[in-house]
Amino acid sequence: MTRSSKIFRFVLKRLLQGIPIILAIVIINFFLLNMADGDAVDVLAGEAGSATPEYMAELRAKFGLDQPLPVQLFVYLKNVVVLDLGYSFRHDMPVSELIVDRFWPTALLMVSTILLAVGFGILLGLLAAMRLNTWKDAVITVFALITYATPLFWVGLMMIVVFSLNLGWFPTSGMENVAAFYEGWDRVKDIAVHLVLPTITLSLFYLALYTRMMRASMLEQYGQDYVITARAKGLTERRITFVHVLRNALLPVVTMAGVQVGALIGGSVIVESVFAWPGLGMLAFESLFARDLNLLLGIFLLSSVLVIVVNLIVDIIYSLLDPRIEVS
Amino acid sequence: MKQKLLNISDLHIELPEGSDRQYAIQKVDLELKQGETLCVVGESGSGKSLTARAIMGLLPEPHVRVSNGEIIFNGEDITKVSYERLRDLRGSEISMIFQEPMTALNPVMSIGSQIDEIFRYHVSMSKAERQKRAIELLADVNLPNPTQIMNAYPHELSGGQRQRAMIAMALALKPQILIADEPTTALDVTTQAQILKLIKDMQTVYDTGVLFITHDFGVVADIADRVAVMQHGIVVESGTVKQVLNNPKHPYTKALISAVPSLTPRKAKTISKEKVLEVKDVSKTFGGGRGLFGFGKPSRQVDALKNVTLDLYNGETLGVVGESGSGKSTLARCIIRLMDTDAGAITIEGTQINLLKRKAMRTWRNKIQMVFQDPFASLNPRIRVGDIIAQGPITQGVAREDALKRARELISIVGLDDRSFERYPHEFSGGQRQRIGIARSLALKPEILIADEPVSALDVSIQSQILDLLDDIREQMKLSMIFITHDLRVAAQVCDRMAVMQYGEVVEVGKTKDIFANPQHNYTIDLLSAVPGKDWKGISPTVNAGKSKAKAKPKSRSKTS
Repeated sequence: MTRSSKIFRFVLKRLLQGIPIILAIVIINFFLLNMADGDAVDVLAGEAGSATPEYMAELRAKFGLDQPLPVQLFVYLKNVVVLDLGYSFRHDMPVSELIVDRFWPTALLMVSTILLAVGFGILLGLLAAMRLNTWKDAVITVFALITYATPLFWVGLMMIVVFSLNLGWFPTSGMENVAAFYEGWDRVKDIAVHLVLPTITLSLFYLALYTRMMRASMLEQYGQDYVITARAKGLTERRITFVHVLRNALLPVVTMAGVQVGALIGGSVIVESVFAWPGLGMLAFESLFARDLNLLLGIFLLSSVLVIVVNLIVDIIYSLLDPRIEVS
Repeated sequence: MKQKLLNISDLHIELPEGSDRQYAIQKVDLELKQGETLCVVGESGSGKSLTARAIMGLLPEPHVRVSNGEIIFNGEDITKVSYERLRDLRGSEISMIFQEPMTALNPVMSIGSQIDEIFRYHVSMSKAERQKRAIELLADVNLPNPTQIMNAYPHELSGGQRQRAMIAMALALKPQILIADEPTTALDVTTQAQILKLIKDMQTVYDTGVLFITHDFGVVADIADRVAVMQHGIVVESGTVKQVLNNPKHPYTKALISAVPSLTPRKAKTISKEKVLEVKDVSKTFGGGRGLFGFGKPSRQVDALKNVTLDLYNGETLGVVGESGSGKSTLARCIIRLMDTDAGAITIEGTQINLLKRKAMRTWRNKIQMVFQDPFASLNPRIRVGDIIAQGPITQGVAREDALKRARELISIVGLDDRSFERYPHEFSGGQRQRIGIARSLALKPEILIADEPVSALDVSIQSQILDLLDDIREQMKLSMIFITHDLRVAAQVCDRMAVMQYGEVVEVGKTKDIFANPQHNYTIDLLSAVPGKDWKGISPTVNAGKSKAKAKPKSRSKTS
């Protein structure tokens, strides 16, 4: 079997294995959410201010909320199979449309965050390890320690205070300046400017984590036997660091980054709220209070699919970095 | 007269403050000529590896550094040259091969690119030329399919193949000096013989001076021209191989040589006819990865044991001998039920124990006990020695006070100080830990003791003490023992009978004496002819003479032993 057909088989196998996992996640989420007090009708009635019990019962019958739970679950699962995620009563829109709409801002935020955190984390960790016990190492280590210990929401608020309100460099919130009706490159530039603060806020913690990990991993690899072999071969320190040690040291960082993509979605709830970023995290937050269970379930479903796909990608990257890992 | 390549004089290497001694090596004088093999012999901690590293300028500076003396290579003092010059010399004029070929090669780079680097950083050659040279080198060290191996990664090769690739790399630029730091210690005996021959052949071709570091006098006898014996960082004796091996002057050299087990089997004793353990047609298969969803037939299968049949008679020591992967450890694990068998019967006292359920097995556990190979990994570092020994009996229902009392007795039986009882395993040396391991296994009053390579992690002088201890205990406690080893010298001195294993099968069983005198199976013949130093008889024919003095002396030994 050639390498590419091996990878294809591996991807197919993993995707098939993902189906029962996603099914289990949907079922567990469904019951968990239904354990919470109140439903969408309670919230709608509460907001209307004057709803009779008869009217509420009528609404429930209309939404199918009067059916027993297993029946509701069955109907939901049946719809999920044909990619119909139901209807959000709150937003008066099909859930799938709503989610796809809000998915891109979150995807943009997450990709830029991962690139920033992993990229700079590796760079800083590498630098600290190469300049071990010098002032550069000390500065990087202290920086990593502080950012590691600072809460996300506080960083976000401080960023707004310093860079938006005082310095006026970046906008305080939102994803683009809607009133300006930018098009083409102007719009890209506008979104990029809006993206800076949320990305930095969300990535700081992970940046610190990867910096520390990369530093430790580099130091560990420097102590391995193959480094002595490389020196005994008369290679330059440069070659040893960037070719021999670096590639081995990357492995644990890549693993960790893959695992944390899931956690990143959780972190984005806070950041999206702080910066009013119109993404999935904020949508999830709102729909929880509106008891918009269909929407919430849809978001959960999408996130779990996302995590499974990202893990798959990480595994493939891993097998490319480390020949000892075979995709099979 | 051959040209003198290397002259080390009055070399001192200083250790950081707070170490257990000030100098790692002191007043070391060595010299090496073209085409000559100098063996540096010593036990762990003798400073032999550091000496080798110092020649390459590979000491872990600044903590460990050359504080005095010089290393003259072709008129140039290596301890004083610039970093750039040192880098020039490394790999081109002086190169090195290491003990563990798995860790010494970069796991994520192909063999080809690791060889290629040497050319790239020392000579200017076109890419195609470098590639051609690398393939030639791999062919020179007798690797099959050199072009294929160029693209292989270290984990895809066997230990011997890795070491060949390592040697190809070291000889790429025809260095004047090859430093070999225990290059065959991690290899099987037949592979070792091949690698030693390869080094010898290469040496003849290139007229290389070889500095060979080893702890194994058998290897020394086979390859050395001259020998230097090191102890605690000092060269205690040096001379030609004949002088040192056959007529040692220094007491330490004498002690080391007399501790090497002889290849002449010891006198056979009469073996009882009573079987204490029967292993019949036992098989065990390990499966590889499975297909989609984990169903279907495993894609790879390894037969670790194939229809193994063995009997253990009362009071005997049965040696199980074989190379790595022969299934000897799997057999031990199946017998003490750390693993389940796939087929066959293991019977003790008429009960087939390999089919017993977990709970029913518990009452049988104390009948068979095991001593493990690695004394560092096999003791829980957070539990005191006394508790380690007493734990077994306590779980079997013995009252705590009785078990602890018995533990104290056992500690003195295995020759440890009474105060050991309250200490933790890390406070002991390897040999002492192995004594603790033995005391632990004896605490349950077993009838059968399985020793899985109990001495292969130990220095040769400690090794003989542990072997004597096992022998004494077997006599005193009327034990029957299965002794697993890869070392035929050890087997000759310990085992009454021997079973030779290869690829999961027992290829030959018989009295040790008979097998050594007249091996039947081809594999046994190969094994016996691969034992290093088989033509060297040692100085004293009665090697076990040191037996009585070694019995209860270990507590005075230093921790570094």
